[in-house]
Formats: sequence, C-alpha cells, structure tokens
Amino acid sequence: MIWWAALIFFQQPQAMDMTTATANPYTSGADVEQGKKLYGGRCAGCHGPAGDGGKGANLAVAVLPRGGSDRELYRVIRYGLAETEMPSSLMPEREIWQVAAFVRTLGRLQGEAASGDAKRGEALVSGKGGCLRCHAIGIAGGRMGPSLSDVGARRSPAYLRGKLADPAGDVPELFRMVELKTQSGTSVSGVRLSEDTWSIQVKDFADRIHSFWKQELAELKVERRTPMPSYRTRLNADEMTDVVAYLVGLRGGQ
Amino acid sequence: MRLLLVLAVGLPLLGQVSHERILKSAAEPGNWLTYSGNYSGHRFSALDQITDQNVARLKPVWSYQVNSLQKFESTPLVVDGVMYLSEAPSNVTALDTRTGRPLWKYRRVLPDDVRVCCGMVNRGVAVLGDLVYIGTVDAHLVALDAKTGSVRWDTAVADYKAGYSVTVAPLAVKDKIVVGMAGGEYGVRGFLDAYDARTGKRAWRFWTIPGPGEPGHQSWKGDTWKTGSATTWVTGAYDPESNLIYWGTGNPGPDWNGEQRGGDNLYSDCLLAVDADSGKLKWYFQFTPHDVHDWDATEVPILVDGEVRGKKRKMVVFANRNAFYYVLDRTSGEFLAGKAYAKQTWAKGLDDSGRPVLLEGTSPSLAGTKVWPSVSGSNNWYSPSYSPLTGLLYVATRESGSIYFLGEAEYKEGEQFNGGGFRSIPGEEEYGAIRALHPATGAVAWEYKLFTPPWAGVLSTAGNLVFGATNEGQAFALQASTGKPLWRFQAGGTARANPVSYTSDGKQYVAMAIGTALYVFGLE
Repeated sequence: MIWWAALIFFQQPQAMDMTTATANPYTSGADVEQGKKLYGGRCAGCHGPAGDGGKGANLAVAVLPRGGSDRELYRVIRYGLAETEMPSSLMPEREIWQVAAFVRTLGRLQGEAASGDAKRGEALVSGKGGCLRCHAIGIAGGRMGPSLSDVGARRSPAYLRGKLADPAGDVPELFRMVELKTQSGTSVSGVRLSEDTWSIQVKDFADRIHSFWKQELAELKVERRTPMPSYRTRLNADEMTDVVAYLVGLRGGQ
Repeated sequence: MRLLLVLAVGLPLLGQVSHERILKSAAEPGNWLTYSGNYSGHRFSALDQITDQNVARLKPVWSYQVNSLQKFESTPLVVDGVMYLSEAPSNVTALDTRTGRPLWKYRRVLPDDVRVCCGMVNRGVAVLGDLVYIGTVDAHLVALDAKTGSVRWDTAVADYKAGYSVTVAPLAVKDKIVVGMAGGEYGVRGFLDAYDARTGKRAWRFWTIPGPGEPGHQSWKGDTWKTGSATTWVTGAYDPESNLIYWGTGNPGPDWNGEQRGGDNLYSDCLLAVDADSGKLKWYFQFTPHDVHDWDATEVPILVDGEVRGKKRKMVVFANRNAFYYVLDRTSGEFLAGKAYAKQTWAKGLDDSGRPVLLEGTSPSLAGTKVWPSVSGSNNWYSPSYSPLTGLLYVATRESGSIYFLGEAEYKEGEQFNGGGFRSIPGEEEYGAIRALHPATGAVAWEYKLFTPPWAGVLSTAGNLVFGATNEGQAFALQASTGKPLWRFQAGGTARANPVSYTSDGKQYVAMAIGTALYVFGLE
C-alpha cells in the first residue's frame, strides 16, 4: 500500500477510547436493524450490501481476520486501519456497536460456495492465465500487481469473478498508471510508487524504480487504470470457476 | 564593571514582553511575539535578508525532535534569542535559537481520560511580561516562568470530563490572556475567556451560545443551546484602535444532525467582535447559519485597511472553511463583499447581507450526500498570511469534497455528539493550492497548485517570499508577487503547522514544525 494512503482520511481520531465493553452490548434485533441502515450508508460502498466484499474486505466470513473479538471489531470500525482505505468513524459508541452487530450477522449468512476445482485453478493461475507475471502468491510471482497470498481472506468469490472479468471496474483508490517522457526523450511507463507536488517515483514493467523531478519531464500522464487484462474471453466459464476456487483458498501465511 | 552594571540594569527590559512591545511588533521583526506575528493576524515578517534572489541557498540549520507522535501543530514564539515551543499534548520547551539546545522543559502530567476529537494537540503559547502561557488538553490555562519553566499559576478553564479542552494558542492583550476552548464534537457550550495575566483569575467570559433571555437564544430549539458547541479553538486578532478582539467560533453541535437544534444556532460559525476589557459583544457575523457540515469558522481573521467600491474601509477579511471569502467592516461587522474562493456545491451564492443562499439536497443523509467543500473545508485552522508589501492575502486552499452522513445524536456528558459522519469521495482527484487573493475582493491574483489539500499555514516575508509546507513533507518558498516556486526541502513528514521568521545573532531564520520535528532554515 502506498505510504501516504492514510492521508486521505483527515484527522484520524486519536482520542482515548471511551468504551470499556469487551462484548457488544447492543445486539438486539432493533440494534442489528439500525446497524444495517448505518452500514448501508457508510460501509456498503466498499464492503458490498451483503458484506461479501468489493474494494473493502469480505465481511461475510465466519471469522473476521481483523475483528475476531467484539472489541477488535469495534476498534477497526472506530479507528480504521492505518494506511489502508478503511477510514476511522466518528459514530457514537452505540452506533459503532450496532454496525458491529450487523457485521456479525453477515458471517452467519450463506456465502456463495466456490464450486470449482482449486487444483486446476492453481495450474491456470501459474500457466495459461499468466497471473504470476504481475501478482505474487507466497514466494512466487511478480511485483507489479498486489499480492494474492491472502486474497481469499479479503475477497468473496463473487468479487473475484467480477474482477477477473472486468478489472477496470474497480481500480484501487490510489493506484495509478504512469506514462512519461523526459526532456531528453526517454520514455518510461509503469506503476506509480509515490508522488508529490514536485516529483514522481515509478516502477516500470521490468521492476526498475525510476525517480523524476516533474520539471525534467516533457510529458506526464498519470491515470487511474489497471494494466490487468479482462479474463472474460481468455478463460472459459469452467476455467474461471476453477481459478476463483483456487484464489478463495488463498488465506495467507498459515 | 560599571558598564556591566549599567547593562545589567538595562537587561530586565529584555525578555520582558510588554503589551506595548506586541502592539509595536513591526518595530522588532527579529522577534515573533504573538501567534500571528502581530495583532492583525498577518503572519508577515518584515525581515528581508532571505529574499527571492537568494532563497535557493536556504538550508536547514538545526532541528528539534519532539517525543510525541501526536500531530505537531505548534507555532513557536521567539523572544530575544529564546524560542518558546509548545509540544503535544500540553508541553512547552524553551530553546536557544543559536544552537537549538533546550533551556528548560515544562512537561504536564495529564489525566488518562482526556477527551479530544482530533488529536492531543497544541498550537502554541502566548508570552506577556516574564510569563509564558499554555492551554492544556485537560482544559487548564497555565502560566510558566519564562526563565525557568516553573508553574506560576494553573487555572482550570473548564471541566475536561465534560469534553472541554484547550488546544488554541492564547492571545496576550493588555494585562489579560485571552483563551478559547475546544470540544465541538462533545456537545459542550462554547465560550471565550480572559484571565488576569499576573494572577490567573478570570476577568471575563463570553458565552458563545446566548443563555435564556439573551439576544440570539431563540436561534436554538428547546434546550439544545446547552449542548450547541460553538467553540473557540483558533487564535483571533486584536485592533487597539477599537479595543476589539476578533475571534472565530466553531460548528454547532451535533455536527451533522441539525434537526433537533432548529434555527440559526447563534453564535456558531461566527466571527465575534468583543471588547477586550469587558468581553462584551460588539457585533457578530454568522458565516454558516444552521451549519450541518461541520464548517467551523475557526480560521484566522485578518485585519487590513483598504478600499471597497471606492470607499476607504477598515476591514476584517476571512477565508472560511465553507469555501467563501468574506470582507467585513471591522468596526460595525457590516458585510462588504464575498465570493467563493474554492469549489463549493452547497450555496447559490451570498445575498446582500452575506447570508448563503442554500441549494436543495445538500444536507447529510443516511445514504450519504456528496458536497463540496469537504468536512475539513477549503481552509482550516492553519494560518493565512497578508503581505503589506504585495498587498496580497495568501491562503493555503483545500480543493476536496466529502460524503456527509446523518446519524443519531443523543447527548451524554463527555461522549462524542456528532449526529453523523463523513467519508472521502471515491475517485475524487482532490488537490491543494496556495492562492493569492486581493483582500478587498477575494479575486485570485495567482495560484500555485499542490499535490494534495494542505494542512499547513503560510508566512509571507519582506523578501518577497511565501513559505509553506505540504502533506508530502516538503517545506517550500514561492515568490510572493508571482507564485513562482523558488525553494523546497524534503523534511520527511506531513506538515501541520505555521511558519515563523526571526533573527538570531542578527541573521534571519525561518522555523516550522513538520512531521514530528521543528526545522530551522537559514542561509549558508
């Protein structure tokens, strides 16, 4: 994640946490209902109306990696996650608990089963799909795209399927493709690592890191788009299902 | 020996900061005696050793690191070779300007249940006589000995457990210390206070929300005035001629849910003009009546004289968080001119009295309402600067919007009382700019674009320079007359403070808190 991502969320509250509850005190049916309304406005945009992920993590899982205990879940909603797109919230304590109560119900819903053959999916990812040219899985793979090592913990099958078919539909907030030309005529294209008023740092498609003062550049194009191709026609329906089944099983280190 | 004795007798004047000295701060540009450099809020330095011709050679001379990861928002004061620097949460360090070495430290022991919405911060100290004054996040005002840092008096301004805190730099005026308070997200009732500088005894209090029977009280529904906020967390200005203090007030509470509080909610989001001796209100001007977007009018008011539509005026000008720029007559509070200086989507414009003409559908909602400017506004607490040499007003401007949410708000003492929330707009290409405005009209003379909306204020100097800093860590200097970039330095952290300039051993320096360190820049 780009280091200054946290900046876009103004003034992360740093007040001391007033809640002392360790278990959610607001779990009645009415609380869950209110939590659902709040969730609809504030969370669904990223996490999906059913909580099965999108730009945000998949919340429709039995165990939330960052919100195992009620207290942890409360803290994630209250303070956000530094250097991610998950912002802090100024909701009062009760509303945070109500949202948390609703989020817990998501994990009890029947998520979409990943029905494909994960073994075949793995072969497609490293073979025909060419995914590892840009993405890392564990020690293998490239560095251009985000690591997929724990993608199954973060993304739902439906989200992964959609992303494979239409990668341009949801480019991460701060991800930028760069095409530039220096005044001496050198062209560089790649992914933005960092940028400020006067300079830009780029990683090209051969993993080389470049740094430029903007005043040295003859042309600079910074666009929110992805180099990832659509797999809508590259994979047939069965292959797509197999790839998704494999990706859903990727849960990180363990 | 005799000569030394004579000098020693003369010395008590040094380090003693009288009201007269602050009044005439223009006569001693080597010192920075009050938050904005002078009482008019100009944040202008008459020093001209560092200029647009030589600023390219500017280098860091020393830096001082703070032992806190809280936001470092402090404006240092400099008096005769000593820098008085506040540090988060509520500490003060006196530094030797020649070497950067600490002379003394005041470290406040705080209770562990302090309530602050947005960081345990402090924006600076005041000096008067031989005392240094700091407001604290547990809502005290403390007077320290300028030579030792020992506590001379310590007065509770309010009860921190009810959500009150003090983060503002106090303002020394005559024999009083004027101080505001914070807590606008906790349903407090706002006030502006003045304390006897020698004793710490409260001299006056102006409640920023009128009580029963007072004019303006009817602008609140029922009992909501008791929890209506209207805080005073940014240092104001003072006009010795009219003896008026000009001070901005914060949002009405709860921030985003206006239903229960009805009315215009006076004196939230106002500029107040109060008598410096009595604290009595002379006039007020409300920028954002019945605010539902958290657009505190806690920006620095700037006093400047000029011509408006052919008539000479004593003005107070104000680049508001709500994206409008205002020109008021500072004697009467009359609205003279106003216009948007940044993108806004909430008002058709201002009417003849300066009141915004609202657009429909811009209130926070359960599903979220997209509005410009953002909750952080087009400007914020950090300082603008006015240069009498260029005649321009420099504003670090934020171009950004927010999605505003409506939520419940039930008041419980000491707990957050917001009634909603906000988030950034997905995919928005927000940015920042240093804008140079003609003070009498708000017309833009030039702008210099910044990569992201800034959190740091600006300083203009007689060297035809404007200093500022970015979220990405660079301190920079622009040519004041044109906006041309002339110098920058990567300091390695987000800047959330205001620059000052002073001399040490006769040489000019520019100092600014960036990230978690204070940097001092000088010519090699």
